[in-house]
Amino acid sequence: MTAPVTEPTARPAGGDPARTAPAVTGIGVAAPNGLGVPAWWAAVLRGESGIGPVTRFDARRYPAQLAGEIRDFVAEEHVPSRLLPQTDHMTRLALATADEALADAGVDLSALPDYAAGVVTAGSAGGFEFGQRELEALWGKGGRFVSAYQSFAWFYAVNTGQISIRNGLRGPSGVLVTEQAGGLDAVAQARRQLRKGLRLLVTGGVDSALCPWGWVAHVAGGELTGSTDPAGAYLPFSEDASGHVVGEGGALLVLEDPVAAAARGARVYGTVQGYAATFDPAPGSGGAPRLRAAAEQALAEAGLAAGDVDVVFADAAGRRDADRAEAEAVAAVFGPGRVPVTAPKTMTGRLAAGGAALDLAAALLALRDQVIPPTAHVAAPAADCPVDLVTEVRRPAGGLRTALVLARGRGGFNAAMVVRAAD
Amino acid sequence: MSRRVVITGIGVVAPGGVGTKEFWSLLTAGRTATRAISLFDASPFRSRIAAEADFDPLLHGFTAADAGRLDRAAQFALVSADEAVRDSGLEIERLDPTRTGVTLGSAVGCTMGLDTEYNAVSQGGSTWEVDHTLAVPHLFDYFVPSSMAAEVAWRTGAQGPVSMVSTGCTSGLDSIGHAVELIREGSADVMIAGATEAPISPITVACFDAIKATSPRNDDPETASRPFDASRNGFVLGEGSAVMVLEELDSARRRGAHVYAEIAGFASRCNAYHMTGLRTDGAEMAEAIRVALDEARVDATAVDYVNAHGSGTKQNDRHETAAFKRGLGDHAHRVPVSSIKSMIGHSLGAIGSLEVAASALAIEHDTVPPTANLHHPDPACDLDYTPLTARQQRTDTVLSVGSGFGGFQSAMILTRPRLGEAA
Repeated sequence: MTAPVTEPTARPAGGDPARTAPAVTGIGVAAPNGLGVPAWWAAVLRGESGIGPVTRFDARRYPAQLAGEIRDFVAEEHVPSRLLPQTDHMTRLALATADEALADAGVDLSALPDYAAGVVTAGSAGGFEFGQRELEALWGKGGRFVSAYQSFAWFYAVNTGQISIRNGLRGPSGVLVTEQAGGLDAVAQARRQLRKGLRLLVTGGVDSALCPWGWVAHVAGGELTGSTDPAGAYLPFSEDASGHVVGEGGALLVLEDPVAAAARGARVYGTVQGYAATFDPAPGSGGAPRLRAAAEQALAEAGLAAGDVDVVFADAAGRRDADRAEAEAVAAVFGPGRVPVTAPKTMTGRLAAGGAALDLAAALLALRDQVIPPTAHVAAPAADCPVDLVTEVRRPAGGLRTALVLARGRGGFNAAMVVRAAD
Repeated sequence: MSRRVVITGIGVVAPGGVGTKEFWSLLTAGRTATRAISLFDASPFRSRIAAEADFDPLLHGFTAADAGRLDRAAQFALVSADEAVRDSGLEIERLDPTRTGVTLGSAVGCTMGLDTEYNAVSQGGSTWEVDHTLAVPHLFDYFVPSSMAAEVAWRTGAQGPVSMVSTGCTSGLDSIGHAVELIREGSADVMIAGATEAPISPITVACFDAIKATSPRNDDPETASRPFDASRNGFVLGEGSAVMVLEELDSARRRGAHVYAEIAGFASRCNAYHMTGLRTDGAEMAEAIRVALDEARVDATAVDYVNAHGSGTKQNDRHETAAFKRGLGDHAHRVPVSSIKSMIGHSLGAIGSLEVAASALAIEHDTVPPTANLHHPDPACDLDYTPLTARQQRTDTVLSVGSGFGGFQSAMILTRPRLGEAA
């Protein structure tokens, strides 16, 4: 028997967030408007959108024809050839993104104690394009034509499993599915593991389901815009909002124990100071939505007041009723128009499990560079959305110290996370 | 000392019968519920057997519309959640909904709904550009399975943290482990926690055929699931759901609730080795066992019963036997071990919760359920696997473990709560 290796650094939930808040030390991004952090962030600050006509398949027959596709990802350049037959596009993107995040963190994984590092990702529909190919084989040709890899290339746990194997991460790991809210819930779960003594987690979400079968599921969901104008399709908070555009990609973060990060002299983007998840009352039950409660609880956990928040990254559903509800929640917490609100996802589309993770990455880089990225394509918020919507790059005179990221998942999932600039 | 979490309600849908009573009666009688697949025509497949639940949604209060809309897995979850809440004696309408949450595990989500709908929109796999006009309006709910957690939240009124946990075949253990953490950290006071799976569909059967993971003993389905037996030749697919009401110990006692068991420890590790393969030494599962024992402050020698993963694949049962020896030391040779999969098959993401339910009932009834069909133990599996017949014995402490594709290894310790013990 070997000695237990659980680190004796476990600390209770809560405590002083300044001392115990986990640090983000690495970021990896795959987004329709830029592959890798430098390309993506530069595009975001230029207001450059990655939304365009679907090219991955022939979408002409469908009532939605725009997507945020990552067009410059060549899997062979990022993923070992032996993994190609057994991975969906989504997993290949995730493996590349994890590589970038770990390299960015500059951490020597082999120097960590056994079981001290893990992976927590958000999932939504699994490797759906892979799944469509195998379903086609099954129904079109017969069961014996189904790939030996289907049993794990499609299921929701695949990205966590493959990242764990690729990087030798043997600590507690997990997968959460809360539709678009998952990117924050995963990071919160990673934070729990740090509190229990882990040193490091790779966490966030990277997603893609840009195949006809996934498309038809989205169409059935009824929330996609029918617009064919890439610059006028996904317009959250606008009077002209008509639904959202689906994109692919997301972000993975390296989240580290702050003491361990400091000890190795790691560069810290920012710290996770507060988080909360809530759920809306059942439809038709008459209760109020609970996004506001999530934001307030996250601030309370961070020990911060509304006035301490310098920018809000919105969920930005792009539907009139949902936008109004979010604007009202933000106004209720901060006062109408009292805090800058932005939605850089207008340049990528909504990324399912990857969306909130990418917003978190954007928030951290905003804090680093003291700049609020814009909400593209929206000229001004609707009168019934009382938010200070950032439609052009903004550099607040008072600086940026704290950001609040909001996310909602279909069905009633709400999540809010507070991140703070590194000292 | 952190808050302690107990099980106060159990609900089960399992092969052999709906309801906790039927479930326990099947297990303690050592009866098997494995049979020829009746849910679809399985004649073209290698493995044509499964443990099916006799479940008619219309007899469980679903309208015809809901029975058509909700995936079978969601129906299982709702029926078990109802039973768990009833069993707990909680007056759900008097709970603070904001302090009540849901975690629901599932490995493959709404796979039956997806399989059927794919066949419809592709017209039998005849086209890549599948036809959205043939899709059902609720297809999106099958696409992203957090819809099932939302359904349970709506039914139970939960407005606190709600999520789906999807870590392959450890989902059922990990979902309950996650709920325990949420109560301990103070994010919720009551959690409706469990897992559900209804995977007996052509695509699931085909994908396990492809890797020969399931048993082809089609001529003798009743004895096909043979964990630890020398003649075992794969697992038998199952289905079902178990949902539990988890509460903080003091509040459970204050309301005079019946307490089945305390969930005293939980840990999870990854093998970072292979998506489906296992190293023979069981090191990561052993580590999860040690950490779970440590968290529960229980010595290995105090474990009265080990509820095994015991899937009945060649590699699993050896891997697990090695893990028990490594994690429990010499005590592994003295403690009774059993696999209820011998009777109810392997319901993937749900089985972990069904096994936690069985573990709690073992404490409740001081009875260890047997491993059915175990006549000739594999010489490499040299522990006491409680063959054929249930054993009455004092059972205060149970270890339940799980192992899943993706490399996940989880362990949970359940204990009999001692009266008058200070929290």
